[in-house]
Amino acid sequence: MIAVAAKKRLGAFDLDAAFEAPPGVTALFGKSGSGKTSLINAVAGLMRPDAGRIEIDGAVLFDSSARIDVPVHRRRVGYVFQDARLFPHMNVAKNLAYGGRHDRDRVIDLLGLDGLLDRRPAALSGGERQRVAIGRALMSDPRILLMDEPLSALDAERKSEILPWLERLRDEAGLPILYVSHAASEVARLATTVVVMEAGGVKRAGAVAEVLSDPAAVGMIGAQEAGAVVRARIAGLDRIDGLTELALAGGRIVLPGRLGGIGTHLRLRISAQDVILSRDKPQGLSALNILSAKVTAIDEGPEGVAVGLLCGADRLLARVTRRSARALRLEPGQQVWAIVKASAVAPDDVSGAT
Amino acid sequence: MIDWLGPEEWQAVRLSLKVSATAVAASLPLGLLCALALAKGRFPGRQLLNGLVHLPLILPPVVTGYLLLVAFSRQGPLGSVLEPLGISFAFRWTGAALAAAIMAFPLMVRPMRLAFEAVPPALEQAAATLGASRLRVFATVTLPLALPGVVAGAILAFAKAMGEFGATITFVSNIPGETRTVPTAIYAFLQMPGGEGAALRLVAVSVVLAMGALLVSEWLSRRIARRVAA
Repeated sequence: MIAVAAKKRLGAFDLDAAFEAPPGVTALFGKSGSGKTSLINAVAGLMRPDAGRIEIDGAVLFDSSARIDVPVHRRRVGYVFQDARLFPHMNVAKNLAYGGRHDRDRVIDLLGLDGLLDRRPAALSGGERQRVAIGRALMSDPRILLMDEPLSALDAERKSEILPWLERLRDEAGLPILYVSHAASEVARLATTVVVMEAGGVKRAGAVAEVLSDPAAVGMIGAQEAGAVVRARIAGLDRIDGLTELALAGGRIVLPGRLGGIGTHLRLRISAQDVILSRDKPQGLSALNILSAKVTAIDEGPEGVAVGLLCGADRLLARVTRRSARALRLEPGQQVWAIVKASAVAPDDVSGAT
Repeated sequence: MIDWLGPEEWQAVRLSLKVSATAVAASLPLGLLCALALAKGRFPGRQLLNGLVHLPLILPPVVTGYLLLVAFSRQGPLGSVLEPLGISFAFRWTGAALAAAIMAFPLMVRPMRLAFEAVPPALEQAAATLGASRLRVFATVTLPLALPGVVAGAILAFAKAMGEFGATITFVSNIPGETRTVPTAIYAFLQMPGGEGAALRLVAVSVVLAMGALLVSEWLSRRIARRVAA
C-alpha cells in the first residue's frame, strides 16, 4: 500500500498531488512537465515537499505535520533513473554491490547479468545499463522500487528487450513499484494501477483496466495513445497461416504471429483507434475479429468521440468521428458490433498476464 | 646528479623538497575542504572564502611574508600563543613551509574545485538512494571521481612551493641549512662573486621540476574528463 500526498511550489509550477495505490505496479502517467518526476523525487527524498505525507507499506518517510523527513539514504528506496546513473569508476559487480548484496544470485539471474559482471559501464549498451541499474536498486533491499521512465532513453529494440525483464520483476519480486511513464503501451503492459497526472495534479487514479477503458480518460491519455487492456487466453494456433486465436471474455479474436502455447494467459492492449463499430453484424469483411458489445459510455472530446464498450466482462474502448457517432445513433445500453483490426495489435502490446 | 651539484646547492634542493612536501601534506586537508565547500556548498560568505583563498595569488608576496612575520613573531598575536606550546615558525624551516603552503594554496584549491564541480550530482544522488551516507558518498563516489584533479592540485601546489621566494625571504630570511630554499639560494649565489655557476645549476633544477609538475598535472586533468564521462 502506497499513500503519497505532496505539495510543492517550484517557480511558476505548482505540484499538488495525492494518490493511494494497492500493491503491484503503479504507473504515474502524464505528459512531460506534468510533475511525475517531481512526485517520484519526493518519495525518494531528493525533493522536499512544502507539505504532505508519504507512506510506503506502513513506513512513514515524510510527514510535514509530524515533522518527519527521513533522509534519502535511510529511506530504502531503489531508484532506477532514466539515465541509469551507474558509477563510471566501478565495474558492474561493484556497481551492483554498492547498496548491498540482498538476494544477489537471484537478482543476477532474474536480470541476466551474469556475463556483464567484469565490465565497466562505458562498455555496456543502453539496455544493459538499465538492467544493471535495476539490479543495483534491487540488491539494496528496497521497500519500494522507483522507476523514472527507465525505457525512454532506449530505442524500440532495446525496449522490447528489457520489457520482459520488468514483467518478471513485477511477477516474481513482489515489490511495490512506482513507474513513471508517458507511454500508454508501457503502462498498459506493466501497471496494476494508473495515476494520470496533469499540470502538477492527479487527474485520475484507478485500476489500469478501468482507467484505460474509460472514454472520459481519453482526453488525458491522448487520442492516439488511448486503448483498453484486456486479459486473454490462447485458445488455438493456426500453424499454416501463422495465427493465434485468443479467447476473451466476450468472444474470440485472431491475431497474426505465434504468441505462446495453448492455455497461456496474456495481457492485450487494444488501441481505441483500431476498433470499428457497426450497428449490424458485418458480412464479407476481411477482419476476422467481430465481437458483440454493449455501449456503456460515450464521451465527446475535441478530437472525436470515445465509446466505452462492455464485451462479456471485458471493457473495450473505441474511437469514432462525430459524424459516425451521429450516423450510428450511439447511446449507452445499445448493442453494437466491435471489429478489431487484427494486424493493428503491435507485438509490444501483448505481454504475460498477472 | 650529486656530483653535479655542490654541497651547498644540494642542501638547498633537499631543504626545498622537505619544505614543499611538508607544505603540501599539511595544507591538503584544508585545501580539500575549501575546494569542496566552493564546489558544492551554498552558504553565506562563499564569495568571501573564495576571495580569501585567492588572496595570496594577488597580494604582493612581500606583503604576505610581512603579515606572517607580524603574526608569528614571538610577540605577535599567534606567535605568542604558539611559543609556549613549543611551536615556532619565525626563522625556522617550518616557517618556510607555512609561507610556501599559503602562497601555493590558490593553485592547490583551483584544480580540486574544478574536479569536484565536474562530478555529476546525479551520481551522488544515486549513491544516496542506495543507502550511502554523505560521508560514504564523498569517499566512494565524489573523491574517486575527482581524484585526478585532487592529485593535479597537489602537484601544482608542490611546484609552486618549490619556487616560493618573496614571502619566504621576508618571513624566515635566508639561513643556510634552515630556510635557504632553492629560490633564496639562487638569489644568494647571484649576490656572491663567482656564484653564477651555482645559480645557473639551481635554475636548471627549478625549470625541470616546474615543467615536469605542469605536464603531470595537465595529464591528470585530462583524465578527469575521461573518468567522469561514461
